[in-house]
Amino acid sequence: MTKIKSLFISLVLTLGVSTAIAGSHGSTLDLVKERGKLMCGSNTGLAGFGAPNDAGVWEGIDVDVCRAVAAAVFGDASKVEYVPVTTKVRFTVLQSGEVDLLSRNTTWTLSRDVDLGLEFVGVNYYDGQGFMVPAALGVSSATELDGASVCIQVGTTTEMNLADYFKANGMSYESVPVETNAEADAAYIAGRCDVYTTDASGLYSSRAGYADPSAHVVLPEIISKEPLGPAVRHGDHEWGDIVRWSLNAMIIGEELGITSDNVEEMKSSKNPEVLRLLGVEPGYGAYLGLDNEWAVNILSQVGNYSESFEKHIGPNTPINIQRGLNALYKDGGILYAPPFR
Amino acid sequence: MSANFIRRILFDEKSRSILIQALVIGIFAVFIYLLVQQTAANLERRGISSGFDFLGMGAGYDISIRLIPFTSEDTHLRAYFVGLLNTLMIAICGCFLATILGFLVGVIRLSSNWLFRNIAYVYVEFTRNVPVLLQIVLYYSILLHLPKIKQAIVLFDTFYLTNRGLFSPLPIFKDGFVIVLGSFFVAIVVSFFVKRYLKKKQENFGKQYPIFLINSAIIIFTPLSFYYLMGMPIEFEQPVLKGFNFKGGMVIRPEFIGMLLGLSIYTAAFISETVRSGIVSVSKGQREASQALGLKSNFIMKLIIIPQALRVIIPPLTSQYLNLTKNSSLGIAIGYADLVHGFGGISLNQTGRAIEIMLMVMLTYLTISLIISLFMNLYNKSVQFKGNA
Repeated sequence: MTKIKSLFISLVLTLGVSTAIAGSHGSTLDLVKERGKLMCGSNTGLAGFGAPNDAGVWEGIDVDVCRAVAAAVFGDASKVEYVPVTTKVRFTVLQSGEVDLLSRNTTWTLSRDVDLGLEFVGVNYYDGQGFMVPAALGVSSATELDGASVCIQVGTTTEMNLADYFKANGMSYESVPVETNAEADAAYIAGRCDVYTTDASGLYSSRAGYADPSAHVVLPEIISKEPLGPAVRHGDHEWGDIVRWSLNAMIIGEELGITSDNVEEMKSSKNPEVLRLLGVEPGYGAYLGLDNEWAVNILSQVGNYSESFEKHIGPNTPINIQRGLNALYKDGGILYAPPFR
Repeated sequence: MSANFIRRILFDEKSRSILIQALVIGIFAVFIYLLVQQTAANLERRGISSGFDFLGMGAGYDISIRLIPFTSEDTHLRAYFVGLLNTLMIAICGCFLATILGFLVGVIRLSSNWLFRNIAYVYVEFTRNVPVLLQIVLYYSILLHLPKIKQAIVLFDTFYLTNRGLFSPLPIFKDGFVIVLGSFFVAIVVSFFVKRYLKKKQENFGKQYPIFLINSAIIIFTPLSFYYLMGMPIEFEQPVLKGFNFKGGMVIRPEFIGMLLGLSIYTAAFISETVRSGIVSVSKGQREASQALGLKSNFIMKLIIIPQALRVIIPPLTSQYLNLTKNSSLGIAIGYADLVHGFGGISLNQTGRAIEIMLMVMLTYLTISLIISLFMNLYNKSVQFKGNA
């Protein structure tokens, strides 16, 4: 009899557990606040975008988006736990709720936005796919690459762009698929492939780490649009808004000339948009479910977009990338945030 | 009646155990049903598409290591078959090489030569105790440090060894080759009958014939003479260094070689232990008795020891084959385009159908494993004792 009884108990328990699993979903903001830190999916290591520095602290412009969100939510940009994810698992990790936010040079495409149940909330770097070759090969254009072996990271839009580009130009190639950026570097340096292709930003970042960066050239052709940006799960729009406007606050900060150094002085500015952004004129934080100081925290602790760019990937860093497309719309780029009102 | 019926079920040991087993199966079925239901509901709530319609859509990526033609316009389903064939290729080549190497090392470990015996011992202990993934990565890294494409090592003026693989001439079969191929199969059939005839003759008259030599001659020289008779209907296309790479010919990629070395060297260590234990399991008396009969030592091995050792060797050998096949999924570590890497990796990423694709890949491995088991069990039956001896 006891046997039968215990069987029934286990049956009831099983049913209970599965309904409990089904029922557990609340707002991401509440979840993050309750946890006391932000879980942020980041690159496994891409210098300038998301990588730990010598002291083991995560740095980069993608990392700064995570820090901005943490600053907005907690008032403390350091309350982030970084979860390094490969290109392959990044979406699954986000979908399953293991991270609250994915900020790791991920291209915004229709199928990812719609079919994978994700929500891209903005663009923090306008990129495009490029090619890098050893200077010794004497290649000056991607159209001369017929028959080359090409190293490529699997599970990326890069793969499909590459197939399309070579097909469109009537060229053949051997694809050498690798799993991570580091493996691609190793295979490329060993000469397993002639060409390394990925987003141009990734090429610059990789090149900066080579023994002799000047022995490698990035070819002029950019074969795709790669708007890289942070993504959240589809369905929780309040959370999506917080991430979107955290990023926008950094861009608007640059537009209005607010930096981490002058943010306190700017509070006495005459410009009404500055006053709205910095919470002097209250109300806008409450729309997002945050306090009035949220943007001040972002700008004082993380800085505006330009500060983040110059610090991690700008011309004065080993990565050495010009602002180009990523300059403000006023300065000839396409970086543009909706107005803060 | 009903109270009586329930009493009978609960207190009769046999019907009670049936009831309990039925209940357990029932609960398990309900659990699986709820799990599937729940997953489907969760996917839908999160706005993630599901289903198998993606199989018919264009894959959009290229695979370089392939046995059948594949371009980026082909479907994900075709990518699945490309991956499946690559998995089968590495599994078959790996099992073949591991068996040969394993038998060799197993026999050497029992050799009376101190040096050989101990070299084999060190080999087995080393490879058996290091994770196979590390070994695969090690061999691949070594292969990557072969000369670059422009400094290829040339072997016999026809083969080129580089860190992009071994380039060799590609045979092109012209008309008339079918006849050569046909003569080869006819030769095999003929040799089978020759063997039966000579065996019978040996049983009747006691004279031994060099059956192996005779049959080898038949199988080699028949197609060879037809080959010349038909005016040599095979041409070879030489690989030529042009631009970035060799054009023409065929190539064995370092990813494949790395996998093959890693899997077969690792598995061979286990097989050698199996072989050794099989040989040791044959009682000493058998060897002594055959020596007393005056059999030569290679006949003792071939006729007395091996047939008895096989009975012990085959079952564990089967599980080594299964291990090797499953370990081939590690190809992902070095970019070998097997089932897990191509279809289970790239297609999964492009379509986001993780559950569907993983189910397909798992079922495929299950099927391959069951087929291997089936054949090995049939073979095992054929080497076991016949009758009630």
